[in-house]
Amino acid sequence: MSLFEAKNITKQFGSFVALDNVSMSVPEQSIYGLLGPNGAGKTTLLRIINQITGPDHGELFLNGNKLKPEDVHIIGYLPEERGLYRKMKVGEQALYLAQLKGLSRAEALKRLRYWFKKLEIVDWWGKKVEELSKGMQQKVQFITTVLHEPKLLIFDEPFTGFDPVNANIIKNEILFLRERGATIIFSTHNMGSVEELCDNITLIDKAKTILEGSVDEIRSEWAANEFDLVMNGDIKITGNGKYDILSHQFENDRSTIRLKTTSDIATNEILSNIMNSGSIISFNPALPSMNEIFIRVVETRN
Amino acid sequence: MNKISVIIKREYITRVRKKSFIIMTLLAPLLIAALVVLPPLMMMNSDKEYKKIAVIEDGPPVFKNVIQDTKDEDFVYLENVKVSDLKQNFEQAGYYGILYIPSDMADTPNAVQLISKTQPPIGLIEHISGDLEKEIERQKLLAYNIQNLDDILKSIRTKVSIQTIKINDAGQTTETNTGITMALAYISGFLMYMLVFMFGAQVMRGVIEEKVSRVVEVVVSSVKPIQLMMGKILGIALVGLTQFMIWIILTMAIVGIVNTTILKDTKISNVSQNITQSIMSENQAAQTAQAAPQVKEITPELAEFSKLFDNAMNQDWFLILTSFIIYFIFGYLLYASIFAAIGSAVDNETETQQFMLPITIPIIFGLFVAIGTMQNPESSISFWFSLIPLTSPIVMMARIPFGVPYWQIIVSMLILILTFLGFVWMAAKVYRTGILMYGKKSSWKEIWKWLRYSG
Repeated sequence: MSLFEAKNITKQFGSFVALDNVSMSVPEQSIYGLLGPNGAGKTTLLRIINQITGPDHGELFLNGNKLKPEDVHIIGYLPEERGLYRKMKVGEQALYLAQLKGLSRAEALKRLRYWFKKLEIVDWWGKKVEELSKGMQQKVQFITTVLHEPKLLIFDEPFTGFDPVNANIIKNEILFLRERGATIIFSTHNMGSVEELCDNITLIDKAKTILEGSVDEIRSEWAANEFDLVMNGDIKITGNGKYDILSHQFENDRSTIRLKTTSDIATNEILSNIMNSGSIISFNPALPSMNEIFIRVVETRN
Repeated sequence: MNKISVIIKREYITRVRKKSFIIMTLLAPLLIAALVVLPPLMMMNSDKEYKKIAVIEDGPPVFKNVIQDTKDEDFVYLENVKVSDLKQNFEQAGYYGILYIPSDMADTPNAVQLISKTQPPIGLIEHISGDLEKEIERQKLLAYNIQNLDDILKSIRTKVSIQTIKINDAGQTTETNTGITMALAYISGFLMYMLVFMFGAQVMRGVIEEKVSRVVEVVVSSVKPIQLMMGKILGIALVGLTQFMIWIILTMAIVGIVNTTILKDTKISNVSQNITQSIMSENQAAQTAQAAPQVKEITPELAEFSKLFDNAMNQDWFLILTSFIIYFIFGYLLYASIFAAIGSAVDNETETQQFMLPITIPIIFGLFVAIGTMQNPESSISFWFSLIPLTSPIVMMARIPFGVPYWQIIVSMLILILTFLGFVWMAAKVYRTGILMYGKKSSWKEIWKWLRYSG
């Protein structure tokens, strides 16, 4: 069952169309990736989900019910353009943001203590924000986003500004939150994290959905007729009418060849063609990375 | 509603805790108090430095002892001394300066010279020329051989000071003073201008700070943009009111102290209630001095000050303060919502310049009309600008000390409140879009478009 659903969302700013009939459905307790080049409309969509702006057309559902203003209490949002009051102390600020989410002061204090300890920033409680590094600030922001234990978490570019160590900490926290029952939507340009984290994705370009589905399905779909072949020695293979050679690399006395079938052909047939050329080490269907898919999809549209 | 109060609390507390706020709040009334209290203290202070001035006359001693000594200056008439002799060393001889009176003064009155090392005060020059003029006048009259001339002159010389008395519809009269009313009009108009502008600009800076630091998007995912905007505006309004209340309390305390210590002995208040008594302030002071014989040093200046003080107390303070607070609240709210909209439309403070014009023009215009109001409080320009909402807080506050019919105040306030509601509604629309727009150069055209965006 889907926890969150957006149906036919359209949003215009004057004559500029930011979102054109975009729909998405986020299964409960999954991680959903929202991908797209800069200016595609991702942030607008996230703002609409957070009810910061309203859509011109379309409907939003949370748990099967129409999204209501009070639902902000069960949504946590970490915007891409995120910041803190520079002159305010870290602890006070976290308390303030927690109270705005509807937590009582006492409850907020209790939970903040837990999270500050968990992310090892207890010492920063009394410091002013301007004294913190950007990564530190991001940790504080992450805490204030998840503090009220929202059912739906929305992260806009959560990993920018983190070093690899801290990015990993946040990645693990996101997985941990899902385990505890949260549903997560996040937008990113970091395709590596998409493969690692996301169950499903939507790719938006120029206000329209152009790719949608589970990450595994999408990857095997795009991989349907490509294979990686590794052979001993520097071996040249030429394509015939049934398959083309996309790339050839020779390294450490091994050839790595990517080939693409051009028509229906059984893998056995390819193999029997190649077997005579040399000794095969491995032959695998090539799963394109999300990065490749992203670039190809967006470029073919242009 | 609860969330707005969380926002108001943050805006209020972070500002009230600032050092600049505390200093400003405590210092301002002390400065005002110093302005009020120092002059009478200086009047009471009798050990002043005397200036000795040598008077040298060319020719026969016609003006000997004509110039009266004042409490600051002694005039020493030197005979048989040449100006050129004294010129070199009058300072060593203990003189502040040399007054040189040429012969045939009556015919060449412009030839008098006052030689000194420093620029002499205007009071001294007026004193000298006044006494000389009087003497020349006397001598010229003397030439007509009128009998008892001195007595006649004494009896015709009268000093007139006009007392102004305001009468209300119920026939009650209060003694007033035009100077004080003008000062009050000026102070309330100017203070209104300063406070509205100061706190309005704080709203704008706060909005820009939130936008630049990108806090705003984090916050508006929890609260509606209009809640954030109103929370900020109201929080700062409370800061302004707190400051103003502290000022009033401190000022009242200081006034109380002045009343019970410095002015305690003059007991002028009883005298000045009796408006039929005397029209001459000197006489009145003298009577007061007799009424309180145990006090030796009541100078006429102190008595005059005491009278001014009483006149100031006769103002309708309740009306002035209540209207000030109401005009401040709504005038501030009106301007603050414009300031908030501007703050939301720009990316940094330098960009605000192009949008400041519609704020500064009416507010400066209001100030000019307010100053004109002090000359002519009944003029139609004052009347109309005290009704027009963008100028009414300043202009009306300048009019109120002179007395304004209640209906005008009420109509002006109602117009102000309605305008404020309209402006907040528009400001909220601009703000909602503006705070989430980064890096886009905003223009009037752009803002007009934002006004028409839907939810």
